[in-house]
Amino acid sequence: MREKQIALKINGKVYQVKVKANTLLLNLLRELGFTGPKYGCGVGECGACSVLLDGKLTLSCLTLAISCHQKEVITAEGLSEGEQLHPLAQSFIEHGAIQCGFCTPGMLVAAKSLLDQNPNPTEEEIRQYLRGNLCRCTGYTPIVEAILEQTQK
Amino acid sequence: MVTNTKILAQEFEYFEPESVDEALELLSLYKGQARVIAGGTDLLVKMKRELISPEALISLSRISALKCFNEDEKMLRIGAAVTLFQAESNSTVARSYSALYEALRSMAAPAIRNMGTIGGNLANASPAADTAPPLLVYNSRLKLRSKKGERIVPLEEFFLGPGSTVLSPEELIIEIQVPFLEASEGSSFLKLGRVSADIAKINVAVYLRREGERCALCRIALGSVAPTPLRIYSAEKLAEGEIFTESLIKKVALECQEKIRPIDDVRSTREYRIWVSAVLVEEALRAAWLRSGGKL
Repeated sequence: MREKQIALKINGKVYQVKVKANTLLLNLLRELGFTGPKYGCGVGECGACSVLLDGKLTLSCLTLAISCHQKEVITAEGLSEGEQLHPLAQSFIEHGAIQCGFCTPGMLVAAKSLLDQNPNPTEEEIRQYLRGNLCRCTGYTPIVEAILEQTQK
Repeated sequence: MVTNTKILAQEFEYFEPESVDEALELLSLYKGQARVIAGGTDLLVKMKRELISPEALISLSRISALKCFNEDEKMLRIGAAVTLFQAESNSTVARSYSALYEALRSMAAPAIRNMGTIGGNLANASPAADTAPPLLVYNSRLKLRSKKGERIVPLEEFFLGPGSTVLSPEELIIEIQVPFLEASEGSSFLKLGRVSADIAKINVAVYLRREGERCALCRIALGSVAPTPLRIYSAEKLAEGEIFTESLIKKVALECQEKIRPIDDVRSTREYRIWVSAVLVEEALRAAWLRSGGKL
């Protein structure tokens, strides 16, 4: 199996990396130090590995890194600007929407994706959109409240 | 068997052809040992679980011809690599094909819908595939192409069993051809899952053509009740030519209930599927009838 050089932009910076055909985007990101996306189920059920790929909510555990040549990836850490947290992340903290924290990066990316498409979702629309993101602490209520507060009121 | 879904352990070559011809050339070169990857949401899970081990993956991601919709005077042509989200967002689908639209809306979570494709949903040939019953009741056809040539296959002849279709390993689904509907035609899709966006315990699609108070044409398909998505021809015959009444609806639904052959599995039991099938068929018949302009 050959290695291939790919160029992809991660959180605003271009990376030139060699990947094998079977390298998963999730594992490439984590090896490069982007540990926001998490390995949860590995089969597309839990959403812990969610990233934005060319602006679209995508599961990085079911994406081949080699297919991301010349694409742009944004992970949860990419939402913040340096030390300045993204308003969604700040809202998660203020609402106690983080318990064990494992689902949080995926939740934030999914919430960002939702608000990009629909800046003013209802509570029901938020719950529907997050249906692919599981919180094993079952702390959904504060998560939904944290996102609701960031909608255009 | 214990599998590690954290990594993809298998080794394979990977190609991103830029045209259908180039993809077919590669499929032919690998003599059936290559697999096509579109969204990868089913394929990579099967590879992680060591259910398949292709020598090469041929990605459709750079073939723009497979990612568009075309309409002529007779039908809507949906490119095989159109994603579930793109299909749901298409205005013709939302306006005319209620059953397909409802099926797409019921499927998976947003990330999977951004990744998974309509051609992939069919080629994966799950008995529970949500796009299959609607496309079956529309009498859809698939355009398949290999290096040897092109053929058109009615969807009802496409599925052979769980994970098995008439698609040869060197063949590619090019497009799904869906005949246009008239105002006097209506369709509906219903599904039961454990939670929203779940894989179906059972799903149902109905298409009706109305002539006054009579049902002129009826097509019914159910999923997750047999090794393949299933048309229930005997039930359709009961409805055709008849005045559409509550008693007819019950009769047709009971016939569907008689004809399905579900199994017990992790998502549901045989018994529950049989009980609930009649209720779902009744509801789907009513919805499709109202949409065809009929009254109840």
